[in-house]
Amino acid sequence: MMKFDLREIMEVVDMLWREDLDIRSVTLSLNTLFALSDSQERTLEKIRGIRGIASRFVETTREVEERLGVRVVTKRLAVSPVEYFLEPIPTMDFALKLGGELDGVAKASGADYVSGFSAFVERGEGRGARVALENLARVMNSTSRLSGSINAASTVSGLNAEAVRTFTHQLFLMEPHAASRVSIMCNIPPDSPFVPSAHHGRGMPNSMVSVAVSGPGVIASAVRRARPGSFQQLHEVIKVSAFKVTRLGELVGRWVSEELGVPMGVVDISVAPSPKVGDSVAEILEAMGLEKAGANGTVAALALMMDAVKKGGAMASNLVGGLSSTFIPVSEDSIMSLRVKEGTLSLSDLLAMSAVCNSGIDMVGVSRSQGEERVMGLILDVLSMGLVLGKILGVRVIPLDMEPGEEVDMGGLLGKLVVAKLKDPDPSRFVSFWGFMPTPLRRLDMG
Amino acid sequence: MVVVVGKDRPGIVAGISSKLAERNVNIVDISQTVLRGVFAMIMVVDVEGSAVPLGELRRELQERGKELGVEVLLYHGEVFKFMERI
Repeated sequence: MMKFDLREIMEVVDMLWREDLDIRSVTLSLNTLFALSDSQERTLEKIRGIRGIASRFVETTREVEERLGVRVVTKRLAVSPVEYFLEPIPTMDFALKLGGELDGVAKASGADYVSGFSAFVERGEGRGARVALENLARVMNSTSRLSGSINAASTVSGLNAEAVRTFTHQLFLMEPHAASRVSIMCNIPPDSPFVPSAHHGRGMPNSMVSVAVSGPGVIASAVRRARPGSFQQLHEVIKVSAFKVTRLGELVGRWVSEELGVPMGVVDISVAPSPKVGDSVAEILEAMGLEKAGANGTVAALALMMDAVKKGGAMASNLVGGLSSTFIPVSEDSIMSLRVKEGTLSLSDLLAMSAVCNSGIDMVGVSRSQGEERVMGLILDVLSMGLVLGKILGVRVIPLDMEPGEEVDMGGLLGKLVVAKLKDPDPSRFVSFWGFMPTPLRRLDMG
Repeated sequence: MVVVVGKDRPGIVAGISSKLAERNVNIVDISQTVLRGVFAMIMVVDVEGSAVPLGELRRELQERGKELGVEVLLYHGEVFKFMERI
């Protein structure tokens, strides 16, 4: 066995034990298109058939956790987008049954989520996509582990504002737990291990195992310990930490992949927080010298951190993919959540931060009393940024019957959801234009 | 890799190693350090012949640790290799 010096050993122990380093998720992505049929019963029966591999995956991941001594916070499944299944049977009834069947796969196997109630509608809605979109609220309200995304924009195809309108309307019909499982996206990647963006995308092998790392606590502690004097030193500390965090993801992914006999997909090097104290992205920003996240300088700090994370992560794994960014899901980040409540961090700040990290507006409460138009305006803002900057961005907001500044505990990993204030001026006339927004000039760079 | 963290006192090495012996786990190397003021004992062990699965061994060691008033952690050597070496 390889010899390690005490400093090396204690550094790893420190990260895993004191700084809560764990693996955010391991996701088994499955091509489920073999179940396509024009018979409801046949489709549902075949979908039920993936319970076997799903259970084996959950069991294998648990074993790897035990053997390595490393915690995997969530185990997830990704399946082919449901829009394909709804194509031959485009009915509300079948959308509900399909959603229920997939939810059942997660429950039966012990997976925390099954993601893929998804559709691609950047230029317009196909038959199946329309049924998925128009029944999103019904399906999500009637399930508990199902999640999915609507990709309503891409740099290649444009931005479908009609779909954004339908999505927003559906969102307003959802209960909070349902809304926490859907997002609207721009440039969704085919291999994300995170929910709700996860789905088995085009061009992927029949099955693969992908990993999402975590580790904000490790980075924040390293920054605090190192007391860097220059920006370069600060960058270096974050880069080295990100490397180590990503290596752990690579290791867990390889083990699960080998044990299960399923190829390794990607390591998503996103820095993802959890509501636990000491596992916060905002805490890193504050350790970097901002009194509070949201202060002037926040975008610069986040950009510096993101660059360092990507450089460290890229060195640690040659399979980087997914969203690979810094996540700022507000409710899941105790300090981020607190700053929104205090008013130091606004939706506009989060929007500005999205320009340098591929997250968007994630896990923020909005007040139903502020109306669908303002939420639609916010979604259009985020998707347009993704479109023009060629970035993966999304929106996951939760409509609540509460006023801005109030909060509700969503429980578990979802944390405390704060209602953020949308701007008062009315965007109705602009957002009521119909059709899709043309593809950006950037599209022509590609040909 | 077994790591014991806590307040140093007589009987820790004996307590942990007797449990390892009981489960047919061989101690390859043993060393001690102080981690930010806290005593840490590190044992490199070979679990090849372990009478119980790793998860079970971890639980038993943690149980013993509780009796001794220390925290016992058990990680696979690969974790250190992956994170500390390129």
